[in-house]
Amino acid sequence: MPDPILNIQNLTAGYGATPIIHCVDLCVHLKGIVVIVGPNGAGKSTLLKSVFALNKYFSGSVEFMGHSIVGVKTANLVPMGISAVPQTSNVFANLTVRENLQVGTYAAPPKNAAATLDMILTLFPDLREKLNQPAGQLSGGQRQMVAIGRAMMSDPKLLLLDEPTAGLSPAYLERIFDLIQQIREAGISVLLVEQNAKQALRIADMGYVLVNGKNGYTDTGKNLLANDEVRHAFLGGGLPA
Amino acid sequence: MIDFINYYLIPGITLGSIYALGAVGISMIFGILRFAHFAHGDLMTTGAYIALTAVWTLGLPALAAIPIAVVGTALVAVFLDKAFYKPLRDLPSIYTVIASFGVALILRSAIQLLWGTDSQVYVVGFQKPLIFFDSLRIALRHMQIIAFTVAIAITLHFFLSYSKTGKSMRAVADDPELARIAGLDTEKIVRWTWIIGGGLAAIGGVFVGLDTDIHTNLGWNLLLPMFAAALLGGIGRPLGAMLGGLIIGVAEEICTFPIMDIEIISPSYKSAIAFIIMLALLLFRPQGLLKGRVL
Repeated sequence: MPDPILNIQNLTAGYGATPIIHCVDLCVHLKGIVVIVGPNGAGKSTLLKSVFALNKYFSGSVEFMGHSIVGVKTANLVPMGISAVPQTSNVFANLTVRENLQVGTYAAPPKNAAATLDMILTLFPDLREKLNQPAGQLSGGQRQMVAIGRAMMSDPKLLLLDEPTAGLSPAYLERIFDLIQQIREAGISVLLVEQNAKQALRIADMGYVLVNGKNGYTDTGKNLLANDEVRHAFLGGGLPA
Repeated sequence: MIDFINYYLIPGITLGSIYALGAVGISMIFGILRFAHFAHGDLMTTGAYIALTAVWTLGLPALAAIPIAVVGTALVAVFLDKAFYKPLRDLPSIYTVIASFGVALILRSAIQLLWGTDSQVYVVGFQKPLIFFDSLRIALRHMQIIAFTVAIAITLHFFLSYSKTGKSMRAVADDPELARIAGLDTEKIVRWTWIIGGGLAAIGGVFVGLDTDIHTNLGWNLLLPMFAAALLGGIGRPLGAMLGGLIIGVAEEICTFPIMDIEIISPSYKSAIAFIIMLALLLFRPQGLLKGRVL
């Protein structure tokens, strides 16, 4: 295995005075796709947010490319090479699609902004003809693409996605999972939280099942899908995928 | 008809231009910092008095003193933010709103201490209006105020649409949390908001002095119509606020126009017009004309 790009050990974090996740370990390798699944309230989003310094840190270590990022402000993580896409309100609704993508370059200008934009428009061809439309007028799936595109404009090494398929039609759902694989092909590691656990685990190198804020099961996506306990408890039962 | 244009419409557009210059800052501060800045009128007063000092000491005409007033007032605005508003940034916005009331009083008292409480003027004496086509009478100062405001509106539009700082400001106004996640430097954007809001308030203040006179309640008296203008345009829509200012200024002036020699609304009710427009708006179109954020 190559060196981990993101290494979380023993992390306890939450909101206000209450920890939501307890002593969680998680590791993302270079060009890896890692999926966090688990029931509602298990702390999946909390784990993702604590990487991005959006909630309260209690204890443990978070290392990005070998350096601790505990206490680093959200705004400074983008220039370091981490980009995040929140689950809801993830586009600037009054800005055009083009402006949304431009804003993505402000914190960490890519080496070649035009080439990055072109790469993103190749990944999301739907956006090409919507460039001058306000992002708020787009469909849910297109908005999700603008949001992911915005996060990719800073040439990140690690992309954090919080339920990118929430509320999307099945057709878009497939496309988003395809895109995540293409993003990995482009050399970007992806850490995502997913409700559509079965589909997500199919593309995942590693899956982490969180239960009550703790590491439940950790294995390759394939093995988790084949694990009877996991399937019955968290993936709605049924035959192995 | 020509009386209507000379004595109602043009003064209305002039007044609207002044409201516009104050309202744009109120709208930007509301959009980006999420609080109603009640000291904004007193920033206008500050600008008017800084220009007065330049007129007195350097012998400049009032219009040439504008750059000095803009720089001075922008500095005051940035300082006020650092000293009084920034420490309250993470608290509920009502704290900052009340603090801005306090700042309004501080500013006014400081102005009274420094410049005294008497009314002042930039230019002494009566200015003859310019006459076009034998009947259209426009005071030179009205032409200057309107022309400057139009130029500022156009510049602001290009700044917000095409510059990096302008687009960042719109992004923060749109969704501050997402702006933070996108790594935008919010403190820098806040600083620019005060520089632009304070600078434009100063220009508005100088225009009031140019149109009438300079007194320590100059800006405070304009606060209500300026807030009405910001709401009318849609909160977080700076150009909407300018349009709102224009509409309210014109509405206030033309509502007193006598129809068939009967004065329908007495001029003493003029200032109620802004209030009525604001109430009607909050009841029927709370997002403003240009679809800003609902309060």
